Amino acid sequence: GAGQDVGRSCILVSIAGKNVMLDCGMHMGYNDDRRFPDFSYITQNGRLTDFLDCVIISHFHLDHCGALPYFSEMVGYDGPIYMTHPTKAICPILLEDYRKITVDKKGETNFFTSQMIKDCMKKVVAVHLHQTVQVDEELEIKAYYAGHVLGAAMFQIKVGCESVVYTGDYNMTPDRHLGAAWIDKCRPDLLISESTYATTIRDSKRCRERDFLKKVHETVERGGKVLIPVFALGRAQELCILLETFWERMNLKAPIYFSTGLTEKANHYYKLFITWTNQKIRKTFVQRNMFEFKHIKAFDRAFADNPGPMVVFATPGMLHAGQSLQIFRKWAGNEKNMVIMPGYCVQGTVGHKILSGQRKLEMEGRQILEVKMQVEYMSFSAHADAKGIMQLIRQAEPRNVLLVHGEAKKMEFLKQKIEQEFHVSCYMPANGETTTILTNPCIPVDISLGLLKRETAIAPLPDAKKPKLMHGTLLMKDNSFRLVSPEQALKELGLAEHQLRFTCRVHIQDPRKEHETVLRVYNHLKGILKDYSVQHLPDGSITVESILIQATAHSEDQGTKVLLVSWTYQDEELGSYLTSLLKKGLPQSTP
Amino acid sequence: MAAHLKKRVYEEFTKVVQQQHEDLSTKKLRLTKPSKSAALHVDLCKATSPADALQYLLQFARKPVEVESVEGVVRILLEHYYKENDASVRLKIASLLGLLSKTAGFSPDCIMDDAINTLQNEKSHQVLAQLLDTLLVIGTKLPENPSVRMRLVEVACKHLTDSSHGVRNKCLQLMGCLGPVEKGVAKEVESQAAKDVQKIIGDHFNDQDPRVRTAAIKAMLQLHERGLKLQQAIYSQACKLLADDYEQVRSAAVQLIWVLSQLYPESIVPIPSSNEEIRLVDDAFGKICHMVSDGSWVVRVQAAKLLGSMQQVSSHFLEQTLDKKLMSDLRRKRTAHERAKELYSSGEFSSGRKWGDDAPKEEIDTGAVNLIESGACGAFVHGLEDEMYEVRIAAVEALCMLAQSSPSFAEKCLDFLVDMFNDEIEEVRLQSIHTMRKISHNITLREDQLDTVLAVLEDSSRDIREALHELLCCTNVSTKEGIHLALVELLKNLTKYPTDRESIWKCLKFLGSRHPTLVLPLVPELLSTHPFFDTPEPDMDDPAYIAVLVLIFNAAKSCPTMPALFSDHTFRHYAYLRDSLSHLVPALRLPGRKLVSSAVSPSITPHEDPSQQFLHQSLERVYNFQHLDPQGIQELLEFTIRDLQRLGELQSELAGMADFTATYLQCQLLLIKALQEKLWNVAAPLYLKQNALASAAAKQILEETYKMEFMYSGVESRQVVIIHHMRLQAKALQLIVTARTTRGVEPLFGMCEKFLQEVDSFQRCFISELPHMQGSFVDKLLDLMPRLVTSKPSEVVKILQTTLRQSTFLHLPLPEQLHRATANIIEPTGESDNPLRFTSGLVVALDVDATLEHVQDPQGTVKVQVLYPDGQAQLIHPKPADFRNPGPGRHRLITQVYLSHTAWTEPCQIEVRLLLAYNSNKSKASTRIPKSTWSESLEALPPSENGIEGTIPFSKPVKVYIMPKPARR
Repeated sequence: GAGQDVGRSCILVSIAGKNVMLDCGMHMGYNDDRRFPDFSYITQNGRLTDFLDCVIISHFHLDHCGALPYFSEMVGYDGPIYMTHPTKAICPILLEDYRKITVDKKGETNFFTSQMIKDCMKKVVAVHLHQTVQVDEELEIKAYYAGHVLGAAMFQIKVGCESVVYTGDYNMTPDRHLGAAWIDKCRPDLLISESTYATTIRDSKRCRERDFLKKVHETVERGGKVLIPVFALGRAQELCILLETFWERMNLKAPIYFSTGLTEKANHYYKLFITWTNQKIRKTFVQRNMFEFKHIKAFDRAFADNPGPMVVFATPGMLHAGQSLQIFRKWAGNEKNMVIMPGYCVQGTVGHKILSGQRKLEMEGRQILEVKMQVEYMSFSAHADAKGIMQLIRQAEPRNVLLVHGEAKKMEFLKQKIEQEFHVSCYMPANGETTTILTNPCIPVDISLGLLKRETAIAPLPDAKKPKLMHGTLLMKDNSFRLVSPEQALKELGLAEHQLRFTCRVHIQDPRKEHETVLRVYNHLKGILKDYSVQHLPDGSITVESILIQATAHSEDQGTKVLLVSWTYQDEELGSYLTSLLKKGLPQSTP
Repeated sequence: MAAHLKKRVYEEFTKVVQQQHEDLSTKKLRLTKPSKSAALHVDLCKATSPADALQYLLQFARKPVEVESVEGVVRILLEHYYKENDASVRLKIASLLGLLSKTAGFSPDCIMDDAINTLQNEKSHQVLAQLLDTLLVIGTKLPENPSVRMRLVEVACKHLTDSSHGVRNKCLQLMGCLGPVEKGVAKEVESQAAKDVQKIIGDHFNDQDPRVRTAAIKAMLQLHERGLKLQQAIYSQACKLLADDYEQVRSAAVQLIWVLSQLYPESIVPIPSSNEEIRLVDDAFGKICHMVSDGSWVVRVQAAKLLGSMQQVSSHFLEQTLDKKLMSDLRRKRTAHERAKELYSSGEFSSGRKWGDDAPKEEIDTGAVNLIESGACGAFVHGLEDEMYEVRIAAVEALCMLAQSSPSFAEKCLDFLVDMFNDEIEEVRLQSIHTMRKISHNITLREDQLDTVLAVLEDSSRDIREALHELLCCTNVSTKEGIHLALVELLKNLTKYPTDRESIWKCLKFLGSRHPTLVLPLVPELLSTHPFFDTPEPDMDDPAYIAVLVLIFNAAKSCPTMPALFSDHTFRHYAYLRDSLSHLVPALRLPGRKLVSSAVSPSITPHEDPSQQFLHQSLERVYNFQHLDPQGIQELLEFTIRDLQRLGELQSELAGMADFTATYLQCQLLLIKALQEKLWNVAAPLYLKQNALASAAAKQILEETYKMEFMYSGVESRQVVIIHHMRLQAKALQLIVTARTTRGVEPLFGMCEKFLQEVDSFQRCFISELPHMQGSFVDKLLDLMPRLVTSKPSEVVKILQTTLRQSTFLHLPLPEQLHRATANIIEPTGESDNPLRFTSGLVVALDVDATLEHVQDPQGTVKVQVLYPDGQAQLIHPKPADFRNPGPGRHRLITQVYLSHTAWTEPCQIEVRLLLAYNSNKSKASTRIPKSTWSESLEALPPSENGIEGTIPFSKPVKVYIMPKPARR
């Protein structure tokens, strides 16, 4: 899932023989089988548990975890499921809520039950930020902070020296309650990034916040009521913090209400997981936990008719049903009041209608509701924009990038940009498509200390940045690699040592006598090979290190001298260099 | 020679001790003075295991060693060093060597050779590193010895190839600290050693260990700090380091790049990908901007801070930092700022936002969009939006500095600064308000910006509001609506927080005087006058009405047509306000109001202030009093003091000056009174009354002189001399009084000696000022000094008495600016009748809020004193963080004082006051002595002069009603 698409995120990664499933979400747009990922892609026959090594859930949004109980209980998976602590805490609440809506309200059967959610949660292993979890001997995962919502994390999956980073949803700009995503320079082979806002660069958050606060403040001062329809989690908390601090700063007295139920429960978790919030909240919670709101109280249905100004957060966010719609109906007639839509509204909802400027709404029962209250739109979204995505790529320095969770057309643009800026290849597979990425796996080899010391002693300074050439014998034995010195290898394998010598004859046109030629060759070599020991032996031969050069006159042509160059296999490099040198001939100028 | 002798002495000494160790029965040796080195040696010999030895060394390290014995100790340590097998002990010894060579007065060149020798055979990396550290200490102790330095640098070069990062680190550090700075000199000293230290350090930029890379960069920076001009070639190397994996390296590299950009701002560097070339400073600026979005916040802070100081950057680059192209679905979008601007320029001010109002318009060419620009794009936008408030503060500071130097940039960054007024952290908000104030001369606020700025006026934090008032004082507003808006918001603020009254009035005063033409059309509306009807007269005591009047009157000052719009009662109110709030209401030339117009005579130019003239004239008069009879002098002084004090009350600008001189004259008056002839003519010891008068006078003069020295800011050395001189006179008086009242000579000896020492130190401290003090007490005293030193106390006293009486009165030259430190306790107000109840034995926190003016270094000097009814006094040192600095010369103390007492039967009042602590050690006089000579004069100075600490109460005490209840059992 989530290939060139938003919704039902579900990505299968095979890395060095390990299979990992990233996220297991549902799609909000469908009510049939398409709402859940097609798990038959994983394996046609045989149990999922055998095939998958682990499942990782990045955060608690339903499009990332909605299909989890279905997957683990109904399809059948018993392996470990990893998620962060806040996700583990909040996820079941949302799942339960989701179940209630589909089963109780829509009356669907063949859906997972509460018990299944509980059972599913028992399989979950919670992880901490930056904690490296060994799934098995080779596979390890590590969570990084991702912003977005409470407990959202990016996961690094590592097998041997190959690694993949999955971002889930993340946010690179901090907001009022969460910090910005951060990752170290882990240089993964592949970065799987969301790309919701692949073609957007957003304005500074401050302007939007300021506008929001100003609107609310003005309305409240006028004595009007403000309705803010929100979804239970995420943005709601951010707006609450925003208003709460503003009220505190400005010493305002008008009450703020928060619809009870789900949100109340969720607030409780926000209080608990202070470490996952931003710097300000983390620093001040000793004096006062920011989520223990002073000015924000639980809402009661009866409060809606109270006189005087007030601000109410009510669910759901698109004004399509429930409490927010009820309040909206009550307040819509007064032009002093205001409704602020903090998010996107799906077509067909009341929210969408009023945002597009409709002033007369037809409600159930042929009633016509005239909307006199002000309608405002404020976008508060917690996804990284194009710049943010690029920034993350710059931080992590991956070798390949794969885009998911976004629209194909937008991805295309970002893909092109990424390839252009970072010169890394970028992929954007569709659902069901498999992308294969070649990696350069490095294979660790044991080396004996003696050999290492001997080899490092030759070169002056070890430089970690440059690869170093070492001589040794690679032994592959009992599934392990070892690099040992040749002598030891011979001994271990019980083989006798063979000498391998190369000899080469080089013809040189030189009319002089043999020993003179030798002397010339000697002087020539001495002049060039300053770093090597070049010796002229009394028997008329020359040695360069262990390479032997002898000169004899050609049997037929006395003007041609034959230089015999002989070296062992170990000196191959120097030997071939020498022959090529000698083949070029001697310098004409004689001293 | 002396050193050599010492050496011999210690060599012998060590031998002796060794004997003692062998032969404990020798009694003779007990007579030798037990020395540190001896004890140490014994201990070390006794030590059986390395752990033991380490223990001894640790104990030894806790005790100080005298300068004389350092060398001996070092020798002993070295001896053990060679013998020792255990690396940890050697490490400790090496570190001790370093500590010992730091001893003041010890010249470590004699032990340098040994220290270098030890390096040769050392195997342990840790010990090597420690030894190099020791060498570094030695090297820094010998600053003017280039050959030693060269030698040490060479040693460091040799060890650079060591495989341990610690050793390489230290080597680089050593080279950074000791490397030759002047190239020419280095070549002369040793040509082959003139291997370029820079190059060697530069080679280690690519070391495999990040710590060594950091050390290399730091060493390079150190060289720069010591005055070496770094080569430009390093620049490209440093740029590569910006992409390092480790944050310390990146952080140091950013600094290095900054340094280079300051050194070679104008040189040209190529852009790698294209053939274009740009100035180095621009390139560096771009690179540092890039680091503002680094992964590590430490680097981000560093980068953001440095950006502020790069003022040579071309404006094109500078403006890019605020630019961030927005797009949505590949279509260009305008920023909210641009939209606001457009709204404003189209004349429409506030339109309700419609859905899709910000809908993107033009299509963008996909190719043209550069998502991560290598340039400076949007650096500040990122910095200001950063997660960590440290980064945000740094970015705001940088913005401030850049905006101060570039008006066009100031105009551009305004929007962003205004946005920062809504930051979640108060510090950031405050900082951005201050920044705005600093650049306010470059900018004019648009109406929508003003609107945002004013919204902050409702902030519950007093600091923020006051900072904002300060800002408004110096802001330019573009339209009359703006002024109106500001006034309305300020009045709203006034009703919400009545305590801000003063600050708001002041703010309106400046607002009015800056924008007379904008205020003019508003006047009828503000005063609610009507062309036909008389409107009711507003309440004169209403702070809001006063605020409006302050605005109008100040505008009217430079707008002569305005008074025509006033109604009758406005003129009456003007007269009232001009009297009651003279600092807020300027003098106006009102037609038909003779009284007012005549009061201000137009002939006076502002700098020829009559009161200033008066001050100088009265002082002239006083200084010429020599011809008068004693009685006349006294009267003259008394009158002048009275005049001056009154002047200080009337003219706040001259208060410091007037008080200061009045205090001085008061001292002189006391001195003259105490020295009256009749008193001393009696040969017998003084009788009680006279005694009391004189000694009280001496004491008071002493107190006053301390006040003069420490309570006024702006006191220069010329004044300090005279103050000290006066103090010396008081001390002489004290001495005379004691001599005349006590029988017996013994105590006098000590006092005389002390006094003479004081005279001596006075002479030493103020040697340069002595020529100006012809005929003064000290001048005469110094002439008589040889006689004084040899004579008996009684004679000394006699001499003193005559000189005191004959000496002339010194002129007190007045400095340009003189302000008296004042404090005003705002809270507690002392008006509450409800006692603060608490259980005895427990503590209660009392909030203290006070404003301090003209206090230098309040963190160190201001204390809070609590006086309990039983006479018990408690002194509280407020935390440094409790002081805020809202403006130049002003401080605000907001702190909590913890009170506790045993149970009382009924509530009682305690007194809270602020004290100014002083320490004559830190007086302006002693800071004038160069540091190097200080250690010497320290010994010579009498102890009394060193540590006179005291406190001056400088605020009115406030009474607080408290009631400790007995604890219930």
